[in-house]
Amino acid sequence: MNDDLGDLYQEIILEHSKAPRNYRKPATANQEAEGFNPLCGDRCTVYLDLEDGAIKDIGFEGSGCAISRASASMMTQTVKGKSRAEAEKIFNQFHKLVTGEGDAISKAAELGKLAAFAGVSKFPARVKCATLAWHTLQSALLGTHEPVSTE
Amino acid sequence: MSTAVPQTGIGSAALDIERIRRDFPILDRTIHGKKLIYLDNAATSQKPRAVIDAIVHYYQHDNANVHRGVHTLSMRATEAHDEARETVRRFIQAADANEIIFVRGATEAINLVAQTYGRVHVGAGDEVLITAMEHHSNIVPWQILCEEKGAHLRVAPINDAGELQLDEFEKLLSPRTQIVAVAHVSNALGTVNPLRKIIQLAHAHDVPVLVDGAQAVPHLPVDVQALGCDFYAFSGHKVYGPTGIGVLYGKEELLAELPPYQGGGDMISSVTFEKTTYNVVPYKFEAGTPDIAGAIGLGAALEYVKGLGIDRVAAHEHDLLAYATEKVGSIDGVRLIGTAAHRAGVLSFVLEGVHPHDLGTILDREGIAIRTGHHCAQPVMDRFQIPATARASFAVYNTKEEVDALAKGIRAAQEVFA
Repeated sequence: MNDDLGDLYQEIILEHSKAPRNYRKPATANQEAEGFNPLCGDRCTVYLDLEDGAIKDIGFEGSGCAISRASASMMTQTVKGKSRAEAEKIFNQFHKLVTGEGDAISKAAELGKLAAFAGVSKFPARVKCATLAWHTLQSALLGTHEPVSTE
Repeated sequence: MSTAVPQTGIGSAALDIERIRRDFPILDRTIHGKKLIYLDNAATSQKPRAVIDAIVHYYQHDNANVHRGVHTLSMRATEAHDEARETVRRFIQAADANEIIFVRGATEAINLVAQTYGRVHVGAGDEVLITAMEHHSNIVPWQILCEEKGAHLRVAPINDAGELQLDEFEKLLSPRTQIVAVAHVSNALGTVNPLRKIIQLAHAHDVPVLVDGAQAVPHLPVDVQALGCDFYAFSGHKVYGPTGIGVLYGKEELLAELPPYQGGGDMISSVTFEKTTYNVVPYKFEAGTPDIAGAIGLGAALEYVKGLGIDRVAAHEHDLLAYATEKVGSIDGVRLIGTAAHRAGVLSFVLEGVHPHDLGTILDREGIAIRTGHHCAQPVMDRFQIPATARASFAVYNTKEEVDALAKGIRAAQEVFA
């Protein structure tokens, strides 16, 4: 495989795309939001069990490419147990990572497993795939009822 | 690369594809270090040097506004613009150049008809009949009209092969149907619709027919008089011309009775603050300074296709599509979407275990450009219960070697996700 492709489709990303974690609606979910990528038809629903501003449980459903599924899956693992503010902060860092902004790539390790998405920065057309679930999470955290769109 | 392209279509000498490829400068470029293999022609085609040169020549030698001045350049620009209109007329066999309206593309052409013919003839409780394989551009303008007028959009279904169900179509024609709008060729499935039959059925109910020919004009001979359609829309950029220019053909007697689409310069005969008299067709529908260079570029593109022979282009692409259908369709895990008996230009498919976007990214690194997504035809995706497809679409400059490279790329993508 081409080097850039190898960076994009890292083993952990392929693995999560094939077997996404938390692919479910938690029985205790009290907030949810839907996200669409109108250009490609990808869709994602994020469910939250939000208690005292903290994400007690999280799940997602939807259809999309390997990048968007893996991103949603790894996002749920990362933010589970985190506060709203912490989740926002991670998304902010993640967004910089996948767009290659500033020194985000050299600091990728701070994001733990999510560092695997650094390869997305070489594929600008795929940034929206990597961020769809995160935008949807943001909307679910805010409790807005309008579906979010990557456009 | 071999120049031997066996022809099985209409009995005519084979095109020299290698020579044709040299007419398209962009085909020399590389993508990620690989030779470009451009298989996204249904989105837009590449441009031959003849078109690029015609646009450059116009701006370097003849640029002026049309219908405005007595000076030499204005007359030259007007003449070149008129010639382009005549070239379009000949290409689609219209009776009169006045029946050729220059617009931005098929989308604007359809909106024009919806907002003029539609606004006059479609009222509360009336119906507009389309098919389940339409591009958004032949759905949304009618939805806007129906919403405004309290009319209903009716949709004739397609079968699992992606073919229009003619019997159902016929049943949906009612005394309330005011217009039928139908694709000549489906952009997402490649299906060629039985237009003559559709038009006969509609006309038997006194219903006029608009044809969205965006995906047909590059691939098939089109004769609007033989078809008998009332309106025919297409885009220049899909038939080797520039973006931003397209055509609406309309029968002159229909166009003459319609109100204008947009107001402005060029579309008037006289203006006072009390009353404005509109210009005759086609100018009534061409408010403002037109895309003069675009029309000239489109004229050059159609002359180029005429030089190749649209029958020979169709035969070459027919062979290529048959080859691709076999080559890609036989890969384990590939499911073709759109298997109509009569198809043109498009091979749409899904790949088990590989999302179209991932396939598109992997192919791009091999220099292969395909389209992935819903192709602006979401209802078609819903019909086949898939979110997206991968679509390879062909033009006259494509070769069987490129199809082989596509098949190889698909297998490589399968390995990534194995």
